[in-house]
Amino acid sequence: MDFSDSDTEARFRKDARAFLDANATPKQSAKPRQESEADFIARAKAWQKLKQENGWACLNWPKEFGGRGATPMEMIIWGQEEARYDVPVQPFAIGLGMCGPTVIAFAGAEQKQRYLPRMAAGDEIWCQLFSEPAGGSDVANLRTRAVKDGDEWVVNGQKIWTSGAHYCDYGILLVRTDPAVPKHKGLTMFIVDMKAPGVEIRPIKQASGHSGFNEVYFTDVRIRDDHRLGEVGDGWKVSIVTLMNERLAVGSAGGPDAGEMLQLAQRLELDDAPAIRHQAVREKIADWYCEQSGLKFTKLRVQSALSRGATPGPENSITKIVSANKLQEIGSFGMDLMDMGGILVDEQPMEGQFQGAWMSAPGLRIAGGTDEILRNIIAERVLGMPGDIRVDKNVPFTEVPQGGGKR
Amino acid sequence: MNFEFSDDQNMLREQAQGFLRDHCDSRRVRAVLEGDDPYDAGLWKGIVDLGWTATTIPEAYGGIGLGHLELCVIAEELGRCLAPTPFSSSVYLATEALLQFGSDAQKQQYLPKLAAGELIGTVAVGEGTRTVTQKNIETAAKGATVTGTKIPVPDGDVADFCILIARDSETASSLYLVDLAGAGVTRETVKTLDPTRSHAKIVFDGAPAELLGAPGAGWTQLEKLFDRAAVLFAWEQVGGAEAALHMARDYAMGRYAFGRPIASFQAIKHKLADMYIAQTLARSNCYYGAWALSTNAPELPVAAATARVSATEAFHECSKENIQTHGGMGFTWEFDCHLFYRRSKLLSVNLGALPRWKDMLVTRLEHSNQ
Repeated sequence: MDFSDSDTEARFRKDARAFLDANATPKQSAKPRQESEADFIARAKAWQKLKQENGWACLNWPKEFGGRGATPMEMIIWGQEEARYDVPVQPFAIGLGMCGPTVIAFAGAEQKQRYLPRMAAGDEIWCQLFSEPAGGSDVANLRTRAVKDGDEWVVNGQKIWTSGAHYCDYGILLVRTDPAVPKHKGLTMFIVDMKAPGVEIRPIKQASGHSGFNEVYFTDVRIRDDHRLGEVGDGWKVSIVTLMNERLAVGSAGGPDAGEMLQLAQRLELDDAPAIRHQAVREKIADWYCEQSGLKFTKLRVQSALSRGATPGPENSITKIVSANKLQEIGSFGMDLMDMGGILVDEQPMEGQFQGAWMSAPGLRIAGGTDEILRNIIAERVLGMPGDIRVDKNVPFTEVPQGGGKR
Repeated sequence: MNFEFSDDQNMLREQAQGFLRDHCDSRRVRAVLEGDDPYDAGLWKGIVDLGWTATTIPEAYGGIGLGHLELCVIAEELGRCLAPTPFSSSVYLATEALLQFGSDAQKQQYLPKLAAGELIGTVAVGEGTRTVTQKNIETAAKGATVTGTKIPVPDGDVADFCILIARDSETASSLYLVDLAGAGVTRETVKTLDPTRSHAKIVFDGAPAELLGAPGAGWTQLEKLFDRAAVLFAWEQVGGAEAALHMARDYAMGRYAFGRPIASFQAIKHKLADMYIAQTLARSNCYYGAWALSTNAPELPVAAATARVSATEAFHECSKENIQTHGGMGFTWEFDCHLFYRRSKLLSVNLGALPRWKDMLVTRLEHSNQ
């Protein structure tokens, strides 16, 4: 066991740091910014372009599409280093992490040349359009229809939970092209122009009061057949490639952790003594620290396997379950330590991060695979237990019972 | 970066698994559970013959001079099969204490015989149903003798010598070596919840004792020793946790209810996913503990407490939910579920229970923050 870089890895890390030092500010010395979303997106595009021009964009993509052809370990090192700097990368996470690899795997030569270099250079931002009001965990239950008309398809329906749809240029869109066959067999994937006539985007106001997601409505939107990804009816297979790449992209839920709770408990009093002296507080901190540490070293074990050339397994599924639930508990307990004052919004210690954690955690336990779906994945793909009995498996989509009411 | 065991260490694991499959199946564990033998002497001889008792002892003292990573590999496999032997007492504790604190003469005297399995050692700390602390140790040293009662002492009925902590004065305590066959020592086997591992009550009445390590440094040395042993105990716990998880999985796959394998019910799948999560977090923390132990890293106190707490919780979770997954059959004497349940509690209290380790972990985090 050895935590240090190999010689090649150390050289790569040094080069990455040199580029970052020359072009970005470390997080600890960065000032908070007040900027509009448009300014933020412009700054993100500029950073992506600078990286691409210097060979630091889309590291695992082939060079011909604007990438670097780097190894998985080099990607990890770059990710570790870039994360230490105050740089705007979030608008590109889904496009470069999930849409790009899907386009590389399934688009025709002409479309790859048209779309990938511009995606890599930050000229165009992409989103992913899978979820629907009637298809969340059961995404293959989606209803958005595409009907062939000459060498075009006509799309009608509604997508939901689309991050960044309002500033995106393109998206990958999963639709139903054949409702007469069982649900997984009648799906097809397309590249869609988010500025095309008939695309309407409405922000969703979340339970937390913020708006990070959108509903996207399609009314007679026309897509050329050469923008199809994979064969007609193979959409489910294509989406699995997209979601496999999500596994690499899924990280830990950010926010206060055991260390922040320790700080808070040192600062606040409980029973006329610092809260940290209270045994109940100490035991909780110990538990959270063990979870945090266990996730950190699970990640290092996965990375170690990656550096040997192994593909990332579903073992990483534990990250989101553990970190999102921990965040919810830490947020809640942090407010409990403030006692009656825990409910006040404007008087919160430590920048209100405990309230923030508590209000965002319910969403994190659902987004990108609910706790329940992730437990199914662990049981089935890691432990080899049987899948659920599917009552809709061999039934034409049109005959699958659909509940009423608002979903 | 390489956060994995080496090819040689993995080969050692395969060899250990092969040996233990042949010599430590659950019938052998049950023979100790239900019989009068304090441990499985045949298995112990096999372990000694393989050189496992000599793993970390330098060649100069008759050992084979491997590192602690190798010992972690062996610990996991012994934990997986619930090995009924005095290995943890003699190797993780007594041998380790001599390696850490022994004089050259003491090392010369004890280590070659520990390596060869000619001596079994143990460490005696507990004094009944209370938490022993630096302030409340009752066993007292006077001149070169000790007087007091230690209970329960793991393998205390079969060990040839023990290392104990005794009070020298109001404020100081030290570690002492005591020959358990010598004068002033009476001992008897005591009943415990896990009869697959033997325990004793030992009464010392002016028993001759030899200082181990620095005078007055008893508590500091004990904490250091327990940190090192905690990593090895944690690997045993992780091995046991994984075995219980696999047992639950295999049973759920073959047991049918309501016309389908119970492994297809989400209530069971989610339970097993949670067991997997606990076991995986603990295992990853054990990797860190193994690294810290094998490199004598300054992070060892935090890493050891983290591995200890999460492995204790993982084994508890996996052993109790294994019974639950088996339903009524899991609560029978005939099924092996209770062997894991018993061992999980034994390992969780043997080295000091969870409240103490959680408190120590936070104390260490407070210090590393300053």
